[in-house]
Amino acid sequence: MSNLQSETIDQSRRRFLGAAAGAGAAVAGTAAAPAWGGSTLMDTMGSFFQNHYQRMSDEEIADAIGRIERRAKRRYDVDIICRDQPPQEDVVFGYALNISKCQGYRDCVSACVRENNLDRGSQMEYIRVLEMEEGSRNLEHSEHYYDPDTVPVEGKYYLPVQCMQCDNPPCVKACPVEATWMEPDGIVVVDYDWCIGCRYCMTACPYQARHFNWREPQIPSEDINRNTNYLGNRPRPRGVVEKCHFCTQRTREGRQPACQEACPTGARIFGNLLDPSSEIRYVLANKKVFRLKEELGTEPKFWYFTD
Amino acid sequence: MLLSFIRDAVASMFRGGRRYWLWLGFLALVLLAGLVAYGLQLSQGLIATGMSDQVSWGFYISNFAFLVGIAAAAVLLVIPAYVFHRKDIKSVVLIGEGLAVAAVLAAMLFVIVDLGRPDRILHMLPVIGRFNFPQSMLAWDVVVLSGYLLLNLAIPFYVHYCHYRQREPNFAAYFPFVVLAMFWAISIHTVTAFLFSSNTGRPFWHVALLGPRFIATAFVSGPALIIIVLQVLGRVTRYPIPASVIDTLALIMTVALQISLFFVGVELFTDFYNETAHAASVRYLYFGLDGLASLAPWVWTALLMNLVAVVILTINPLRRQLRLLNLACLLAFAGIWIEKGMGFVVPGFIPTPLGEVFEYTPTAVELIVSAGIWAFAALVFTLLAKASIAISLGDVSAERAEGEGSPVMASG
Repeated sequence: MSNLQSETIDQSRRRFLGAAAGAGAAVAGTAAAPAWGGSTLMDTMGSFFQNHYQRMSDEEIADAIGRIERRAKRRYDVDIICRDQPPQEDVVFGYALNISKCQGYRDCVSACVRENNLDRGSQMEYIRVLEMEEGSRNLEHSEHYYDPDTVPVEGKYYLPVQCMQCDNPPCVKACPVEATWMEPDGIVVVDYDWCIGCRYCMTACPYQARHFNWREPQIPSEDINRNTNYLGNRPRPRGVVEKCHFCTQRTREGRQPACQEACPTGARIFGNLLDPSSEIRYVLANKKVFRLKEELGTEPKFWYFTD
Repeated sequence: MLLSFIRDAVASMFRGGRRYWLWLGFLALVLLAGLVAYGLQLSQGLIATGMSDQVSWGFYISNFAFLVGIAAAAVLLVIPAYVFHRKDIKSVVLIGEGLAVAAVLAAMLFVIVDLGRPDRILHMLPVIGRFNFPQSMLAWDVVVLSGYLLLNLAIPFYVHYCHYRQREPNFAAYFPFVVLAMFWAISIHTVTAFLFSSNTGRPFWHVALLGPRFIATAFVSGPALIIIVLQVLGRVTRYPIPASVIDTLALIMTVALQISLFFVGVELFTDFYNETAHAASVRYLYFGLDGLASLAPWVWTALLMNLVAVVILTINPLRRQLRLLNLACLLAFAGIWIEKGMGFVVPGFIPTPLGEVFEYTPTAVELIVSAGIWAFAALVFTLLAKASIAISLGDVSAERAEGEGSPVMASG
C-alpha cells in the first residue's frame, strides 16, 4: 500500500515539475520580479484575466498554478506544491458511514481542517458531527457544539454530516457562473478563481455543506499542508465558497481521505462505487443503508448504516 | 437633434431652486456615506457584515427582493395607461417608468454589494464569462432585470424624444414594447420569487404560493410609494397630478393588500394546524426558537401595520381622506418592507438545514451601504423625474432650444 502511494505521488510530482517549468518560462518571458515575493503586476493581471478552469489550456493552468504557489509563498511564506490532479478513469467515489461505530470524537473534523488548509480564523469545518437524541432523527433536536468531558454521552448517538457529493447537486444548478460542477469521479468541486461569491449555492444546499470565506483565511504557516491540489485543498482567496471535495489531493492518488484515515473507530468506508469488489459496494449490498434528506431528490453519494 | 435632446434633458436635471439643490445635496451625502461604508466592506471582506455560513444572505438581499417588487409595480400605471387608455394615468406613466428604472438599478446594486468577489462580475457575461443560463435562477434574474431596465429606459426615451420635438409618439411603433414590458414586469418578480422557492432545502420558501405572494405584496408597496411620490411632485412642481390617478392606485392597493393578508393567513394555517418540521422557520419568525426570537417583534409590527392599513383602505370614507390614505400608504410600505425583506429572507436560513438556530443582525456597515443605495435610487428618480416633467411641460423642447439659440432655458 505505501509503495503504491509513493509511486503515485512521484508520478504526479513529475507531472507537476513539468508544469512548473512551463510556468517559470512564462514568468521569465514577461520579466516578472520574484524579488517582490511574487506580488507582481503580471500576477495581478494574470489572476484578473484568468479563464474558467475548464476552458484553460495546459499552459494557462501551469501559469495559474505558478500564481497560486507564489501567492502562498507571499501570504504564508511556505513553498506549497500545487498539482492539477485529474480524476481517475472508471472511478466514482462514494462514502458510507457506520453510525453504530461513530463515538463523536470529531477526529475526522480536526484531520480535515489540517489536511485541507481550512481557515482557522473563522474555525471553518467541512464536517459537522451532530449529537443526536436516541430514538429520534430530527436534526432540529441535534446539538452542533456538544462539549462534554467524555463522549459518547449516554442516550446520544452521533451523525457526522459533510458534503454528500450529490449526483443531482442543487448547488451546481444554482451557480450563475458555472464555478462549481461535478467531476467525472463524482466529486463536486469549486473553481475558487472563478466563483463570484454570490453564495446562491449555499442557499441551495440542503446539507449546509458549503462555506464562505468571509475574510482572508488565516492559517499559521507551520500548519499549512503543502501537498495541494488545484480543485481541492490549495489555499483559497477571500470572498469565495468552498466545500468538502473528498480530499482530491489524496483520493485521486489512490489514498483515503483524511477523515477516513483519522477515524479511530473504523466507522468510515470510502471507495470506488464502480468497483464491484470495493468495501463500499459490500456495505451497499449487505447493510441496511439510508441517506440524509433522500426525499429531496439530490441523490447523495454518502450513505449511513448501522451494524 | 438627438444630441441636443440629451444635452437639454441632462441640463434640465441640474436646474432648480434652493430646495431642489438641498435635496440633491442630501442624497449625495447619504450616497457618499454609503460609498465610504462599502469601501470599508471591500477592504475587510464580507466579515464586515452580520452574515455567516448559517445566515448567508441578509439585509442586502432582503432589500433586493423588496425593490424588484417596487420596480414591477410600475406596470400598474402602464396597463391602465396603454391598454385601457386612461388619459389621466397616461399623464403620469412616464414618472412610474422612471421609478422602475431607479428601483431596478438599486435592486442590481444590492446584489452587487452582496458579492464576495465584485471584481469578477464579468464572469456573468455571456461569451467572456460563463453564464449558467437557463439552469440558474440567479442567471434568469440577471437576464430579466437587465431586460426590464432596458425596456424602461428605451420606451420613455422614445416618448420624451417625441415630446421634445413636439410630435406625437408613433403609438404603433412603441406599443409592442409596452406590451412586452407588461409581461416582463410580472416576470421579474416571478423569477425573483423562484430564486427563493426553487430551494428544496429551505421549506420556508419552497412553496408555490411564493410567486403570487410576491406579486400581491408588490402591488401594495409599489402603489403606496407611487401615491406618495406623485403627491410630492404635485407640490414641488407645476405638473398636474390628477386626483383620479391617486384614487385608482389606492383601489388597486386595497385589493392587493387584502389578498396579501389572505395569503399570510393561508400560510399560517397550513404551517400551524398540523405543525411539521417544515414549519420551524415560521415558528422562529413569529414566536422564536430555542429562546431566540429577534425577528418576532418586527414581523408582528409589520402585521399590525398592514392590518391598520387594510382597515383604512377597505372602509371607503376613510380611504377617501387623503391624510388617512397617506398614513395607510406609509404603514403598508413599511409593513411590506419588513415582511418581504428581513421577515422573508432571513427566516429562510433559520433554522439551518441541519437544524441549527443561529441569528442574524445587520451591522452598521450593511445599514449605511443600504442607505447609500436607497439614496442613489432616490437620486436617479429625482433627476429622471425632473427632466421628464420639464419636457412634458414643454419647458424643454427642440423649438425652445432653437428659438433661444442656446440649450439653456429661461425658466426652470
